[in-house]
Amino acid sequence: MFIKPRFRLVPDGTRIKFMRGRYLGLITSAILSTASVILFFYPGLNLGIDFSGGVVMEVRTDGPADFAQIHAALAAAHVPDQGLQRFGDASEVLIRLGAQPTEAATQAAVAQVRDALEKGVPGTRIERTDAVGASVSAELFRNGLLALGISLLMILVYIWFRFEWQFAVGAVVTLVLDITKAIGFLALTRIEFDLVMVAAILTILGYSTNDKVVVYDRVRENLRKYKSMPLRELIDLSINETLNRTLGTSMTVFLASLPLALFGGESISGFAWVMLFGIVVGTSSSIFIAAPILLFLGEHRLRRDAAAPVPAKAPPAKATTAPRT
Amino acid sequence: MMYFSRMKTTIILAVCLLGVLLGVPNLFPAPASWVPWRTVHLGLDLRGGSYLLLEVDMKAVIKERLDSLMDGVRQDLRNAQIFYQSLDAQPDQNRIVLRLRDAAKTEDAVAALRPLISPDPNTGQPDMSLGSNPDGTITLTLSPTALSRRASGAVEQSIEIIRRRIDETGVVDPQITRQGESRIVVQLPGVGDPDRIKQLIGKTAHMTFRLVDETANPNGGGVPPPGDDYLVLQDRPGEKIAVRKRIDVDGADLTDARAGTSPETGDWVVNFTFNSVGARRFADVSRANVNHRFAIVLDDKVISAPVIREAITGGRGQISGNFTPDSANDLAVLLRAGALPAPLTVVEQRSVGPELGAASIRAGAISLAAGFVFVIAFMGIFYGLFGWFANLALVVNLFLVLGIMSLLQATLTLPGMAGILLTLGMAVDANVLINERIREEQKLGRPPLQALEHGFTRAYSTIFDSNATAFLAHVMLFVFGSGPVRGFAVTITVGIATSLFTAWMLTRLLVSRWYVANRPKLLPV
Repeated sequence: MFIKPRFRLVPDGTRIKFMRGRYLGLITSAILSTASVILFFYPGLNLGIDFSGGVVMEVRTDGPADFAQIHAALAAAHVPDQGLQRFGDASEVLIRLGAQPTEAATQAAVAQVRDALEKGVPGTRIERTDAVGASVSAELFRNGLLALGISLLMILVYIWFRFEWQFAVGAVVTLVLDITKAIGFLALTRIEFDLVMVAAILTILGYSTNDKVVVYDRVRENLRKYKSMPLRELIDLSINETLNRTLGTSMTVFLASLPLALFGGESISGFAWVMLFGIVVGTSSSIFIAAPILLFLGEHRLRRDAAAPVPAKAPPAKATTAPRT
Repeated sequence: MMYFSRMKTTIILAVCLLGVLLGVPNLFPAPASWVPWRTVHLGLDLRGGSYLLLEVDMKAVIKERLDSLMDGVRQDLRNAQIFYQSLDAQPDQNRIVLRLRDAAKTEDAVAALRPLISPDPNTGQPDMSLGSNPDGTITLTLSPTALSRRASGAVEQSIEIIRRRIDETGVVDPQITRQGESRIVVQLPGVGDPDRIKQLIGKTAHMTFRLVDETANPNGGGVPPPGDDYLVLQDRPGEKIAVRKRIDVDGADLTDARAGTSPETGDWVVNFTFNSVGARRFADVSRANVNHRFAIVLDDKVISAPVIREAITGGRGQISGNFTPDSANDLAVLLRAGALPAPLTVVEQRSVGPELGAASIRAGAISLAAGFVFVIAFMGIFYGLFGWFANLALVVNLFLVLGIMSLLQATLTLPGMAGILLTLGMAVDANVLINERIREEQKLGRPPLQALEHGFTRAYSTIFDSNATAFLAHVMLFVFGSGPVRGFAVTITVGIATSLFTAWMLTRLLVSRWYVANRPKLLPV
């Protein structure tokens, strides 16, 4: 156990013809992503208060929570609650209030709930209060999207810089497909989409790129090594050679995220589930999406580039530069 | 590649040792007070506390500036004997517009108003521009730089006053910082329910002493006569009272205010003391208005309007107004701390009670431990000895992350704990890549040393490229994120940096030492 490896994830020297399933992979991915886009519009994302604005209060009652009593107390104080929800154990309740027209109204609502509970449900403790005004939620949303957009752009530029444009486009298209699926997952599971989810998606982005780079790196290396091998075979070979790496690196992150989903508590487990989903999607897309896209984009060009630095029909300027050594 | 000079070895080990030393304080309480014991700051979501984001009402700042400017205009024109038809503030355009009765006097009016313009202390630019039309219209427009300087001053002043108010409440270690143009972040560790503090912050607490206009009829409806305001009574919101616009004494002239009980009635009151200017004015006004009513106005509400019995010359006074012990005390705090230059609104609040924070720490710690065990077991089982090298590096990495975060005094949040966990998973990724490469090179028939050389060299570019993109993504998250999510971005970026070091330097050093000691014929990869 301490010296020799016990198992291999995949036996060495596999010769799986992944590129044979390239249409199947792409079609499946396209269907899933289209479905996700539909889910994004209907029923839409369950926006958390970071982005929707409003009030969320987590309260703990003495003994099991009596929903009717809490409802009555809130109704008596004319608090327009949007719903009570069990959260964690039986004595914990989440009170949700929709976005209020003004910042002052948001704060007034917090005070109202507080007073109503004090009067109507004695012994309640407010464990958490999140109140986000409309201007802040709009800003957080804009910044979240900016972070995602700029990250994608930077990844595109970085891979373009380090590889060839075909690799960059392949990676970014795949990443966009990955992200849409993660968003579909969020819409389907009704996990709240908040700032932490943006963090999750960005992590998936970084992580998934990680995975793609491993495969791409090998393709780049093999392009130099096997000058005459057809690109299709070469990509298959590269995927097979790196299969243990792709799966191994995914396993480690998967194993690290799993306890978070199981024991991390209500507020972070959503994050972890999205991570787990993203890891699975990201790993499979490295093999079934990113590689086929590279095959389509690079069928003739990559090979010719490697052979002759300046082809007659000049593709975009960057592509004409010789691969880095 | 597999050769390490003594110097290099020492440096690598020293960095690891330093990391462990810096990380250790997070695991144990300080043994003695003289030992430097720097730990990671726990975020408010873990230790319990409140985060309040306040917005300074800049419109009010501008309006106030325009109002005082209008006062100046009125006075200057009165002194110059120039009469005007209308005088209006247009806060949206940062200007005031006036129209003279006699257009021929435009030149004179401009000359009379010119002294109102003063140069900016930094740039020497005029703080407003004066424009005139031959038809007798004159506009005074505040310059944007002067306005933003004023706004900035208002925010700074607000921070100071908030600090004074919060200090009175006994909250330990509050942090009050500026954010952007017009926002203030208030962090209150240990305060799970910031209701009282919000109430203290939410009041401008601008107190004025003004005479009551006893001739007006404020409750009959209609507009107040010029020079008067109809203000509501604090205790009876339905009732209005006519108060002169002219401020006789301003709350800014107070030097002290204390809650106490009145010896006559036993009611709670606030006793206050004026500075010399305030005392003199208060004496003058009270002397001239014996048997008239005098209103004490706080934020456009009349607290009380007693009848002046005799001249008050000692510079001391008392406010009574159906106070409870708490409300009297709060008012005293507000008056002592001074008035805010503009109203503040809470635009974001995040409060976590200490119990919930502790529960989050527990959940985070359990997840961290479980994830750590999973990753270590995976590496040990699938990579054998080389996996254990990676595991050792992983432990060092964990300490390095904690150590650097302690050194930077960075904040550990719940998402930050998730970040550490993910870092664990990603850190060994580099080792997976290296080990696979070594294995491959050995399969190609290279002798062990060469396989190691090639394995480390060739895996390097992959490791670098894959981590660089993740690094960039999280830097963006730090730049654009806020609150606990930033804590996540910090742990991940620090983690990526340290894992590059441990995977690339430390495991290589370990492997090389092991190789030199054993000289195996075949690598166990």
